[in-house]
Amino acid sequence: MNSFWLHPSLILILGALLIPLVPARVKKAYLLLIPALVFARTISLGIGVFGHVEFLDWGLVFGRVDKLSLIFGYIMSLMCILATLYGLHVKENTQHIAAWIYVAGSIGAIYAGDFITLFLFWEVMAFSSVFLIWFRRRPESLSAGLRYLLVHVAGGLALLAGIVLHCRTQGSWSFNALDVHNPTPAIYLILIGFMLNAAVPPFHAWLPDAYGEATFNGSVFMCAFTTKTAVYALCRGFAGMEILVPLGVIMALYGVVYAVLENDCRRLLAYHIISQVGYMVAGVGLGTAMAINGACAHAFAHILYKGLLFMGCGAVLHMTGESKFTELGGLWKKMPWTFVFTLIGGLSISAFPLFSGFVSKSMIVAAGFEEHKYWVGFLLLLASAGTFLHTGLKVPYFIWFGKNQPKAEVLNRAAEPPANMMAAMGIAAALCIFIGCYTPYLYKMLPFPVDYQPYTAYHISETLQILLFTGVGFFLLLAKLKPEPKISLDLDWFYRKGGRAFLWIARKPIQATDTIVGELYRFAGLVPLMKTARLAALFDNGVIDGMVDGLAQTIRGLSRRLRFAQRGQMQENLAFAFAVAALLIVAFVIYSYR
Amino acid sequence: MKLVQFIEFLRDRLKTVVRICFGLLALLILVDAFLVDKGTAHTRIEHLPAFWSIFGFLGCVVIIIASKWFGHAGIMTREDYYDE
Repeated sequence: MNSFWLHPSLILILGALLIPLVPARVKKAYLLLIPALVFARTISLGIGVFGHVEFLDWGLVFGRVDKLSLIFGYIMSLMCILATLYGLHVKENTQHIAAWIYVAGSIGAIYAGDFITLFLFWEVMAFSSVFLIWFRRRPESLSAGLRYLLVHVAGGLALLAGIVLHCRTQGSWSFNALDVHNPTPAIYLILIGFMLNAAVPPFHAWLPDAYGEATFNGSVFMCAFTTKTAVYALCRGFAGMEILVPLGVIMALYGVVYAVLENDCRRLLAYHIISQVGYMVAGVGLGTAMAINGACAHAFAHILYKGLLFMGCGAVLHMTGESKFTELGGLWKKMPWTFVFTLIGGLSISAFPLFSGFVSKSMIVAAGFEEHKYWVGFLLLLASAGTFLHTGLKVPYFIWFGKNQPKAEVLNRAAEPPANMMAAMGIAAALCIFIGCYTPYLYKMLPFPVDYQPYTAYHISETLQILLFTGVGFFLLLAKLKPEPKISLDLDWFYRKGGRAFLWIARKPIQATDTIVGELYRFAGLVPLMKTARLAALFDNGVIDGMVDGLAQTIRGLSRRLRFAQRGQMQENLAFAFAVAALLIVAFVIYSYR
Repeated sequence: MKLVQFIEFLRDRLKTVVRICFGLLALLILVDAFLVDKGTAHTRIEHLPAFWSIFGFLGCVVIIIASKWFGHAGIMTREDYYDE
């Protein structure tokens, strides 16, 4: 064990646990101080392997710091500041605690050098982030949170099984690039664990389900950490895994298709996370230096612009209580700055020149073309058209403009959000533009040296044409895009309805058994009992009663005869009595001497 | 509230704004057709003038129509579908 190495997550976890003890008047300052300290610690990290702990038979490595973990650690601790600032006015301590422990799990997973540490922090993420859903305290939140937890526990189990199998054969717990060209079942299990957190279909349905249901600031945290930690893990372990290329392209388009159908703005954004993470997954699959750079750069840019978009829609939800397009519209007079910030997020995600997506997303597309996988390049560009269509056009248009007239109380409630939320959005928006305009800031942080220039005349012309003509298509087909108050079935159907089917199956046999037992009881127990009872009754009636009645009748008969015999004359009675007595004595004497 | 006034200003002149936008689109195509160096294009089809404009427009139309068809083929359902 080497000298003490201050883990950024440790600051955050201790900071989180101390929140309830902080006096109310300094709480806001404290809430900003701790993430700032974490960020300072992250940028002060030197490259190397630290925090080596021998525990039982395992050599745990808490601090593997290299260029890949540095860039992810940097952006995550930066996002922690912004997301905390955004939710600074939230009174509940527990919300801040859950969010910070969640971030700590994510940062811990990124600096983990071995599978056991990775797995531990991985599970910390799942079990702390679920509270960000539950704290919304709607009846739906509880079940959405439970589904989220269930899916992540299943993914965690796959990951753990894979880890154990893999490390048994390897004889080492260290987490490095896996043999992606000869994958073993163990490697596939690890891949499934990572893919579930990265929301790769068919393991993606938890994402819109959870992020659409979380608290207004919980979603800002969630959209940044879970999927991007998984992207990091994929970059580390699965660079060059061929199957990830088609999966990534499918993801990119899948999210776009569902975003067309979505009526809830935060669920739409959630589907666009799937779409954008698809670019990163495809980049990991391509596996070249440029593609991995692209995946990291896009993850970096994505955390900021997606955080910004969730802040914008979260602000609308926080102020109006609505997140459905059919309940919103025409808010531009009430929340103009929120509109501008959200639009900046939308332009960044759509990769408009001078915005962050332009310098990051294009690296992955270019890497696809360079590998002569033209279908990858073209389909990813098609997905960008879809991205602009929804996040750049549909979200701002149908919330802030549009023909829909929301209810009067929604309009009355609508106003710009509190200053801390505005500040968080403003900073995130500024960063999105800064990254887009000053490329060395991001490119210098990437794991491989960058030999790529996004600002060529051809690339700018290509991008502007795709995006602006997508805009033409949007306004031409506006009527078709009108939001519908419906939900779209996704693969969560299988466990939402499937769970019910399971219940049904469980219930039916139990009911059937119950019926059978009941019938058996009736036939074998009740009927004989009744029969016995009837017999007993007969016996009672016929025998016992008969005896009693018979006795009574006999006595009555006797007494009647006695009455007849008793005429009331003493002499007669006495004579009769003596005669009987004499008879009895004679009979007695005769019998005794015989 | 300068921003609101600015948006109002643009909304009041929506026709002009739309015309300017169309002008910019035409300019974009002209620049692409005559000025932009296509040496860095990856495939031959990209050399067609306004290729990416057509790609963007058709892509958008295809995404909307295909998704809506998909949605109305039974994927979209009533909001209380999952309620007990």
